Amino acid sequence: MTISAGGVCEPGTTKNNKTGGWRNYKPVFLYDKCIKCKLCELLCPDEAIDPREDGFFEYNYDYCKGCGVCANECPVSAIEMVLEEK
Amino acid sequence: MVELRNITKDMMTVVEGSYAVAHATKVCKPNVISAYPITPQTHIVEELSQFIADGEIENCDYINVESEFSALSTLVGSSATGARTYSSTTSQGLALMHEVLFNASGMRLPIVVTVVNRALSAPINIWNDQQDSVSERDSGWIQLYAEDVQEAADMVAQAYKVGEDPDVMLPVMVCMDGFLLSHVYEPVVLLEEDLIDDYLLPFDPKYKLDPKDPKTFGAFAPPASYTEFRYAQEQAMSAALDKIEKAADDFYDVFGRYYGGLIDEYKTDDADIIIMAKGSIIGTIRDVIDNLRENGVKVGLLKVRALRPFPKDAIKEVVKDSSVVITLDKNISPGVNEGALCTETKACMYNSDINVPVIGYMIGLGGRDIPEDTIENIVDEAKEVINSGISTESQFTDLREDLI
Repeated sequence: MTISAGGVCEPGTTKNNKTGGWRNYKPVFLYDKCIKCKLCELLCPDEAIDPREDGFFEYNYDYCKGCGVCANECPVSAIEMVLEEK
Repeated sequence: MVELRNITKDMMTVVEGSYAVAHATKVCKPNVISAYPITPQTHIVEELSQFIADGEIENCDYINVESEFSALSTLVGSSATGARTYSSTTSQGLALMHEVLFNASGMRLPIVVTVVNRALSAPINIWNDQQDSVSERDSGWIQLYAEDVQEAADMVAQAYKVGEDPDVMLPVMVCMDGFLLSHVYEPVVLLEEDLIDDYLLPFDPKYKLDPKDPKTFGAFAPPASYTEFRYAQEQAMSAALDKIEKAADDFYDVFGRYYGGLIDEYKTDDADIIIMAKGSIIGTIRDVIDNLRENGVKVGLLKVRALRPFPKDAIKEVVKDSSVVITLDKNISPGVNEGALCTETKACMYNSDINVPVIGYMIGLGGRDIPEDTIENIVDEAKEVINSGISTESQFTDLREDLI
C-alpha cells in the first residue's frame, strides 16, 4: 500500500484494514435463542455480521470491533459478549 | 531586481489596491469564491461580488457564508471537486480559519487566499502588522508577501501557478499589508485578461470529488501512516522552492513584470549591512538605502517574498559576505522576544560556516507608522554591531517610554 497526496482513497479500501484487533469483548451467537429477526445485521456499524444460508447469522471477526450494539439491541438476548483474552 | 518591461503610462490605471487584487482574481477565472467581510479586507470581496453580480466572471459561484470558518470549509469541498477557489481574509478572520487551514493543506488543495495583514486582538486594533499570517506559518500553506499593489495583484496569478503545480498541490496565502496596500490608490497595470491563458493552465487535479466516481477525501491516518503524510507535505514545500522562482520567471516572460522569486535583492553586491524584511515596508527601505548610499553607507536590501517555504539557501547566499544583518518584523513571538525573520534567519545560518551577526527589530506593530528616520537609526545601531559586537540581539522599535 502507498499513500496518495492528501489521503484520497478508492471506495472499499477500508477492507484492507482489519480492525478486529481493536476488540476487547467478542460477540457470540446463542443460536438456540436466535429468532432470525435480522436486527443485529442491520444495526452493525461495521457490516461485520453476514447472513448464513440457514437464515441465521455469523460474525466476521476480522472487522467486528466489539462495540456490543448487536448484543444490546437483540430482542431475545441471543448474543453474548465474551471477554477476549489475548 | 525588479524588472518592468515596456510598461507605459497608457497601460496603467489608478485604482485602489483592493480593486487591483479583485480584478486579478477575476482574470484568474476562479470557479468558487467564498468569503466573509472583515476590515481591511472587505473591499476585495465587495469588488468580487460586484463582478459576479455584473456577470463578469463566467462559471463561478460566490457562496455567502456566516463566518470565515465556513468560508474556508466551503472552499475545501469546492477545491476537492476540481474547482479553482479563492477567498480573502485578515486578522481575526484568519485566526477563525485556523483549524481549516490545516485541513486544506493536509488534503493538498491549492486554494488561494489573499491575507490583508492586520494586527490581532487584544487590544482590538484594525491596523496593519503581520502577526495574523506569521502566526499561521506552521499550517502547511505557502506564504508569499507583496511589496506594492502591482505585486499583490500579480501574485494571485503566481499563487495559482505554484499551488496547482502537480509536484506542489498546496494552498497559498498571498499576503498584503492592510490599508497600506489594500486601501491605497496606485497606478497599476490591471492583470491582462488576454495573456492569462499563456500563463495559467486550467486546474485539473489528479483526484476529483465526484459522485460518479466516488472516492474518500481527507481519510483517517493512524500512527502507522500519519508521519508519511506530513513527510509528503514537507516534500511538496521543498518542491515549491523552485516552482516559486519559475512562476516569477514565467510571469516575466508573459507579462513583463518581475519582483523577485523567493527573495529579491537591492544593492546587496558590496553591502556590509543587509536589511531583511517583507511586505510594504520594503518601499521605505529602498528609499532609506538610496539616501544612505549617497553618504557612502554600504547598505542593501534582502526582500523576502516567500516565508513558507523559507528560502534558506537563497538567504544564506545573499548574507554570507556581509558584516551584519538587520531583520525587521511586523510580528513577535512573545516569550522569544523575536519576530519570525529574526529567529528563522539565525536558525538557517547555524550549522553552516556563515557567521554573520543578526539583529532583530519588532516594528510597525498595530499599524504604527515607520518613518525613514527609524530605519536610519537602526542602520546606525548596525554599524555599532560591526565595530563592537551585538549589545541587544532583538528589540522593540520606537518604544514609547512615556506610556509604560
